[in-house]
This record gives sequence, structure tokens and C-alpha cells, in this order.
Amino acid sequence: MSLKLRALLKSPWVFHLATGSCNNCDIEVLDCLTPRFDIERFGMLLAPSIKHADILLVTGSCNRKSAIRLERLYKQAPQPCLVVAIGECSMSRGMFIHSYNCPLPLDKIVPVSAYIPGCPPKPEAIIAGAVTLIQTIKGTL
Amino acid sequence: MYIVYLIVYGFILTAVLGLVASWVDRKVTARVQYRKGPPFFQPWYDIIKLLGKETIIPKQSSKAMFVMAPLLGFSAVVMVSTLLWANNNNLFNSFLGDIIVIVYLLAIPSIAIMMGGFASGNPLARIGASREMKLLLGYELPFILAILVPIIKSGFSLKLADILSFQAQNGAFALQASGILALVVLVLCVQAKLGLVPFDIPEAETEIIAGPLVEYSGAGLAVFRLMKHMLLFTLPFFLIILFLGGMKFEGITILYSVLKYVAILVVITVIRNTNPRLRIDQAMRFFWGPVTGIAVIAVVLAVIGW
Ligand code: SF4
Repeated sequence: MSLKLRALLKSPWVFHLATGSCNNCDIEVLDCLTPRFDIERFGMLLAPSIKHADILLVTGSCNRKSAIRLERLYKQAPQPCLVVAIGECSMSRGMFIHSYNCPLPLDKIVPVSAYIPGCPPKPEAIIAGAVTLIQTIKGTL
Repeated sequence: MYIVYLIVYGFILTAVLGLVASWVDRKVTARVQYRKGPPFFQPWYDIIKLLGKETIIPKQSSKAMFVMAPLLGFSAVVMVSTLLWANNNNLFNSFLGDIIVIVYLLAIPSIAIMMGGFASGNPLARIGASREMKLLLGYELPFILAILVPIIKSGFSLKLADILSFQAQNGAFALQASGILALVVLVLCVQAKLGLVPFDIPEAETEIIAGPLVEYSGAGLAVFRLMKHMLLFTLPFFLIILFLGGMKFEGITILYSVLKYVAILVVITVIRNTNPRLRIDQAMRFFWGPVTGIAVIAVVLAVIGW
């Protein structure tokens, strides 16, 4: 594995985007940053700006307004940038699947690398998802 | 000879020590908050990762400035650490007025951050850059006043070598009343120069995202981060030379030198972990009020001879 990729897997900075979630998923994401779960162990930091980020954490059901913003944000991210869908809403629109306001699921808008199910997923599940993603990338190369 | 100092001491050694120092800073922060903290090579991974990422130059930015700013700040830090190491290792490398050169060069990293912020064309970056400018105006006055103390004490000499040899004969300045006051002032100014927590107003992540660095990605951000890590070593080193008699590396004195540096680093980290962020007006009032007052008292005491 190249040094570049190894460094990337050792320090994935995450950027958190809420696209119309009920806020529970966002709170679980914030939980991961608290001392109890401490994702800085894996070198993850919460990136303040998308320009600094390596992983885009998306929560919520991608409504009509935020889908445009999501796409724009994804284009602004410096490559390589992975997208992780957190929660039922961002995977399949969850309970909003019949809503007039949620035309597309997340992975029809941007390519998604990992799905973390749950409504909301536990912080342990989010960490397990992130670690699995890192190991998958390691395994495939 | 000077090339060796520039590359080996000024760049490689300072960068390595700075990266280690930033790991210590993050680890201590984590332990204060009862966390486990990042692994030892974390700062290295961060820098390597950022160097390998795509660099995006925004459309509305003035491109030459945007690219140049990180390099400018970085080269200033390399120059400062070269001068400090050269003086610390061999007193004959000193020249008249090198303190003035260092004070000027130490302002350049902040100016580089400002340049980068204004050049990037992002409104948040502009707010951050203007805050950085106000902060610079705030701390530069007590910073220079406090640096006057060792100059006065060593018989009005503007050479670092004289300050070092005076301390070698008469004991460190930090053991005298004026020295202690000046050191306290300088530690606070260093905190602001490093942009650490009570004074991280320009970067205030919760209000203006990352301030001047908001548009930087990839290599530019890596250079800015490396610059900050190197400053984390260089500025305490400057204080050690001015007040604690420099660092010596023979036999048991290595331990003593490391202890001096770690003591200052821990003070900085503890201040950073036990304080909330100030507003820019509070920071200005703080630096121009009490801190400048203490610095003036220290200068007066130094003139009297305490
Ligand atoms: S998945 Fe559940 S908890 Fe998360 S945003 Fe949707 S409804 Fe809320």
C-alpha cells in the first residue's frame, strides 16, 4: 500500500452534513466525538470546512433543497473523499420514503462508500462502520 | 556551514521536534479530558495525508498570493529556528541585532495567515484574517516590551550570544523578579502567537469555521499545519534562550534542557485546556491592559536592577 493511502487511512478527517434529518443521527455523530467514544484514537477529527475533509458523513433524507447543496458540497471536496451514509433516512429515506419532499435516496445523488443502518445508529455502530470501511479499503489494495 | 544549520537544524530537527511536541499537546489534551488520545505518529500521518490530497485553488482568489502565503510563513519559521539553533550551539554565530531580526520574523507567520485569508476570497476567511490582524496588534506591544527585559539585564545588548553568556555567568533571568514577570507576559503572548485556545479567535471553529484557513486544502494546509507545529517548538525555545539560559546537550544537561522545554509546553497546554475562547475585544483589552501593565512593571524593575 502506498504511503499516501496509508496516511489517509490513519487520519481520516470527517465533515458532518445534515440533509434534513430529525437531528437524532446528528446527535449520535456528536456522541462519537465525546470522551467516552473518542474517535481521535483512530486519528479522526471533525473537519471544520469541507476543504479539509476526507470523509463526508451524511445524515437525513436529502430533501429537495438540501440535495442540491449536497451535490455542490461533494464537488467542492478535495479528492479522495468518501461518503458515508448514517441512519435509515440517508440510506433509503426511512419513514419519509413516500414524502413529496424526498425524491431521491442519497446514493442516487453522490456515490456512497459505506452505509450505517439504524434509526439512529448507536455511536458504537458508527465507529464499527468507519473501522470496517477503513479495513475494506486496506483489503482491496 | 550555514546551509547545514538551515537544513539540518532549522528545518529537519525543528520539524521533528515540533511534530513530537504537537503529539504531546494532543495527548495531554486527551488525557485531561479522560480520553485515550491519538497514536504517536498521528501528526506525521496528518501532514503526509494532506500533502497527498488534491489542492483546490478557489476561482475568486488571487492565486499567486494564495499559493505563496503558506510558503512565506513556513520559510520565516525555518529562518527563526535556524538563527536560534545557531546561537544556542555556538555563541560566535551571533551578529549584532539578531534579536530584532527574530522579532520581525516571528510576526511573519501571522502575516502569512492574514495574506492567505484575504487572498482566498472567502468572507469567513476575511473575517478571520481581520481578527488575526487585531490580535497581532494586541500582543505585539507587550511581546516587545517583555523582550526588552533580558536586553536591559544583559547590559543593553542586542545579541542573543551576549544574553546567553550573561546568563551562563550570572544565572538565568527567570530567577529574578523582572524576569519572572516578563516570562509570564511572554507565555501569554506565545499562546496568542500560536493561536491556541483562549486566543484562537481568528480560527474560532464554532463561529467562522476555520477562519483564514477555510479555503486551504491539500499541500497548502499541510504547510500551514507544519508551520504551526514548528512554531510550537520554536517559540518556547526562544523563551528558553531569553530567560532560562538556553539548551545545552552535554551529559546530564540534556535532561535539564528537555525539562525546561516540557515545562513551558505543559504550561501552554494546560492554559489551552482550562480556558474558554475570548472575544476579540476582550483579548485586545486583556493584552493592552493588564498584560502591558505587567510588562511595563517588568521593564521598570529591570532598569532598577531587580
Ligand atoms: S434515521 Fe431516524 S434518527 Fe436518523 S435522521 Fe432519520 S428518522 Fe432521525
